[in-house]
Amino acid sequence: MSLSLVKRCCETPLIRRVLQFKMFRRRIQSCNLSYTVWRHRWMKRLPVISSSFRGMSSQTDKDAVDLSKFPADRIRNFCIIAHIDHGKSTLADRLLEMTGAIAKTEKNKQVLDKLQVERERGITVKAQTASLFYSHQGEQHLLNLIDTPGHVDFSYEVSRSISACQGVLLIVDANQGIQAQTMANFYLAFEAQLAIIPVINKIDLKNADPERVESQIEKVFDIPREECIRISAKLGTNVEQVLQAVVERIPPPVASTKDPFKALVFDSNFDHYRGVVANIAVFGGRVKKGDKIVSVHLGKTYEVNELGLLRPDEQPTQKLFAGQVGYIIAGMKDVKEAQIGDTLCLQEQPVEALPGFKPAKAMVFAGMYPMDQSEYPGLRSAIERLTLNDSSVTVQKDSSLALGAGWRLGFLGLLHMEVFNQRLEQEYNASVIVTAPTVPYKAVLSSAKLIKEHGREEITIVNPAQFPDRSVVSEYLEPMVLGTILAPEAYTGNIMSLCLSRRAVQKNMVYIDDQRVMMKYLFPLNEIVVDFYDLLKSLSSGYASFDYENADYQRADLIKMDILLNGRPVEELTTIVHKERAYSTGKAMCERLKDSIPRQMFEIAVQAALGSKVIARETIKAYRKNVLAKCYGGDITRKMKLLKKQAEGKKKMRRIGNVDVPKDAFISVLKRKEK
Amino acid sequence: MIRVTCRAASRVLYPGVRCFSGGEVTEDAPEWAGAPHLTKQASLYVHWPYCLRRCSYCNFNKYIPKKNNDHIMTKCLQWETETLLQLSQVSCITSVFFGGGTPSLTHPSTIAAILETVSRRASLSDEAEVTLEVNPTPSGMSKLEDYHRAGVNRFSIGVQSLQDEDLESLGRDHSSQDALKTIEEARRLCPGRVSVDVMFGRPKQTVESWERELSELLRVCDDHVSLYQLTLERGTQLFKQVQCGQVTVPTEEETAEMYQCARKTLHQHGFLQYEVSNFARHNSVSHHNMSYWKGEQYIGVGPGAHGRFVPLGEGGVFREARTQTLEPDVWMREVQQRGHGTRRRIQLSHLELLQEVLVMGMRMTKGINHKHWRLFSPQIGLHKILGASMDVQELLQSGRLILDDRGLRCSWDGLALLDSILPTLLVELERQILHRPQSVC
Repeated sequence: MSLSLVKRCCETPLIRRVLQFKMFRRRIQSCNLSYTVWRHRWMKRLPVISSSFRGMSSQTDKDAVDLSKFPADRIRNFCIIAHIDHGKSTLADRLLEMTGAIAKTEKNKQVLDKLQVERERGITVKAQTASLFYSHQGEQHLLNLIDTPGHVDFSYEVSRSISACQGVLLIVDANQGIQAQTMANFYLAFEAQLAIIPVINKIDLKNADPERVESQIEKVFDIPREECIRISAKLGTNVEQVLQAVVERIPPPVASTKDPFKALVFDSNFDHYRGVVANIAVFGGRVKKGDKIVSVHLGKTYEVNELGLLRPDEQPTQKLFAGQVGYIIAGMKDVKEAQIGDTLCLQEQPVEALPGFKPAKAMVFAGMYPMDQSEYPGLRSAIERLTLNDSSVTVQKDSSLALGAGWRLGFLGLLHMEVFNQRLEQEYNASVIVTAPTVPYKAVLSSAKLIKEHGREEITIVNPAQFPDRSVVSEYLEPMVLGTILAPEAYTGNIMSLCLSRRAVQKNMVYIDDQRVMMKYLFPLNEIVVDFYDLLKSLSSGYASFDYENADYQRADLIKMDILLNGRPVEELTTIVHKERAYSTGKAMCERLKDSIPRQMFEIAVQAALGSKVIARETIKAYRKNVLAKCYGGDITRKMKLLKKQAEGKKKMRRIGNVDVPKDAFISVLKRKEK
Repeated sequence: MIRVTCRAASRVLYPGVRCFSGGEVTEDAPEWAGAPHLTKQASLYVHWPYCLRRCSYCNFNKYIPKKNNDHIMTKCLQWETETLLQLSQVSCITSVFFGGGTPSLTHPSTIAAILETVSRRASLSDEAEVTLEVNPTPSGMSKLEDYHRAGVNRFSIGVQSLQDEDLESLGRDHSSQDALKTIEEARRLCPGRVSVDVMFGRPKQTVESWERELSELLRVCDDHVSLYQLTLERGTQLFKQVQCGQVTVPTEEETAEMYQCARKTLHQHGFLQYEVSNFARHNSVSHHNMSYWKGEQYIGVGPGAHGRFVPLGEGGVFREARTQTLEPDVWMREVQQRGHGTRRRIQLSHLELLQEVLVMGMRMTKGINHKHWRLFSPQIGLHKILGASMDVQELLQSGRLILDDRGLRCSWDGLALLDSILPTLLVELERQILHRPQSVC
């Protein structure tokens, strides 16, 4: 990893970056980091022909905005990256106001956060793009701002945005300092070799300590403190300086209008009336309304119906030129036709595909079921509509004996799942049962017959029912993540014990200043998907921040655990667990079942078993007496009501052997815990 | 405001018995209301809503009166009795029960007046059981003779406990001595027709102390005992005390043990259990209460009282579940201004009636015999309803439920688990009644 970084860095034209990297590498080489970053180096490899642009500005266009006036050297493509709540969207609001993209009013609060859940949670889920016109030293510049989500789950969104940028504004809260996601986002930008402008926000706060944050930035990122811009996005303090820095410090895109048209699809939306709206970065040539374009990936031809800038609302133009960022509508009916990472070109001038993004890989799976089966069709269309705009969610039909027909959905991470669920509830008014998240395991098969059957040696297992037996497997693998935790020093002891209890291996521990510690741990993903973050927050009084990135698979001692009721296995509760965690997981499941299965006339043994070996047991005692003491003329109405309810409930229960199990019991065991 | 819930749909769906005779079609009353004694007679419950104080465990409909309204209340009870008797058109009142509240707070003349009203409107035989609930306080005891003279021939005495400290913590206003004296006086007046109520599962009670208490009670009691497990009701003082840990009540295991012990002990003393909570020797069962469990008609008079009868007086043919207005002052105002105190009437569908017959009947140790069932369901018998169900088979095999030539009933063990058995029976009943094809006799 380090080697490849060196090679790449040598290609960068800026000496400062090389230095920066060298210093940085010194710090990180000891912790054997491996980052998964999808990047587009081609942008920087293209020859610089910006001088040839000038001549073209004389071209006459009838556009309200004459984009031909913006050759590549007057264009800056940048994004803003930050930890949650460090003020990224507020800064975006100010930039939009100052450049006249939106009117300056009190109401401009996170204009780019369009979704209800974004406003509620103070996070950005979906990257938004806005083109700004800014006059610097007498020259009009076109600044393309791509707002990005602040959370690691959405880092695929971040990396998409980054691929269309040459620079980033790295925002850090003047009070909180560097947090886990500041780190993750920094690495993404750093590895994509973008110009990084550190911005210290919220200097108006009483406890703001920009000095300290500057030292952290210097120490952790090797960026000289002089490069930091201190601002208050809320009040607008020094925001002008940020715009100046964007023009001065971020290099223009390297692209030529003389090349054949070539554009990268870096995002897409679905509009019910117009079909797919694709966000594109033009890397060469120009495109105009009526052009016949081809999706290189699918080979399909489309006619451009509309194109233009995002300011942040769509503003149609006649053309888009090399180096510019905008949207295009070309009669695509399905978001799958506008795949993120695809290349668009003109029909008559085929080009080689740009290196596409790796498709985002689902790492957290959860079942989703309607509360009532009658709500299935409604939930189905809600999920369909949501996934139209979020192609990173994988959807598979699933059904459970207890919960009925539903889906198994794959998400990029936990917040992604939560946000999806919340959007489902808020935007589509659907109430759903979400099962506890699981992770995709792998098995390396040893049986020749099975290998032939699957057509490969290594298979991925999402559903415990498909877990192959130990006897036909040479090894099992589980997904790992590299977690970064930043916390005040006082909490390190507690945090370390928590991590140890989650089978984590410490990789690194660094003081980023005299109070804050950064720890890196290699975690099995399964250990953090359920309640890790909540525990971490509560044992650090909310001060710890956590972030993770995928770190491939590792061999693991996995085993299938059954839950038995009076000796009968309950299919829908079968779980894949790590051997070390089998007892605690099994015990917890048995306890939850014990609490949610009503007592019956006989004793019920609730057991967790590995094969034939029972590892945990709870007993639901038999009722010895269950009869209403007083039942005379005045008591019948009330008693009948109660009994009828029980009789109704009984009809809906699932029989396992002789045990009646209410749906609620399954829900309470399968569902992830309420916060 | 009366809320009439019309069940037009069930009337249409219900396969009323149509008898064809000599070419004439006569539409009869529904089969289950057709058995003459079912609609021509009823028992009467009269509710006296006032108490002197609030017991810590009680969530019953009772009021601590601010001023003495006894006179108006008496008048209203009389009026309402007349109204409902008229409406039901019953010719015979089989038994009367004065409950509460604390009915032994009334003046004996109130009891006499109400009984006179009944006699004026329907036949009330001298042998008919007339029970009064008595709080065993000295003042209650002093009036027993007058109550007896007014027509009461059975006393049900709320002893609850023979432990003075328990009586106090339960908020009762009598001592164990008061209770013993009251029992004695009642037995003198109505030998063989005195019942005592006792409560188990009380705070701090143990199986042993309960057994001792029970034997003490057996030495002084008459021929009828009602045992009630204390149930923690929401909204009571005791509920709060237990919730916040001030008071602990015996565990479920312990109360189950207490119940079984008491059943055995009473049996050994010649008391036969005839219902979940009721025991009698020398055939001294409460006829009034038996009529509830047998699914017979009853008329409820007084604030919050419930009734089940066919309002023949206004041409009704279906049994109704009726409830009187709850709050005494409002109830009295309604009776005075509108001529009746009924707040809610709900017509029972055929299925609902059978559900009540099943639920109530199964509380008796004798259960429901086939003849009894046929009174309400002439067309579909117990075997047909329950015989095919796997779940019922399991209950039969486990020995908790018995279905034979006599009828359907719980075993000794099964009775203690009745509420776990009933849902299964109700599911089958509903399936058979709702899904059976319409039949015409």
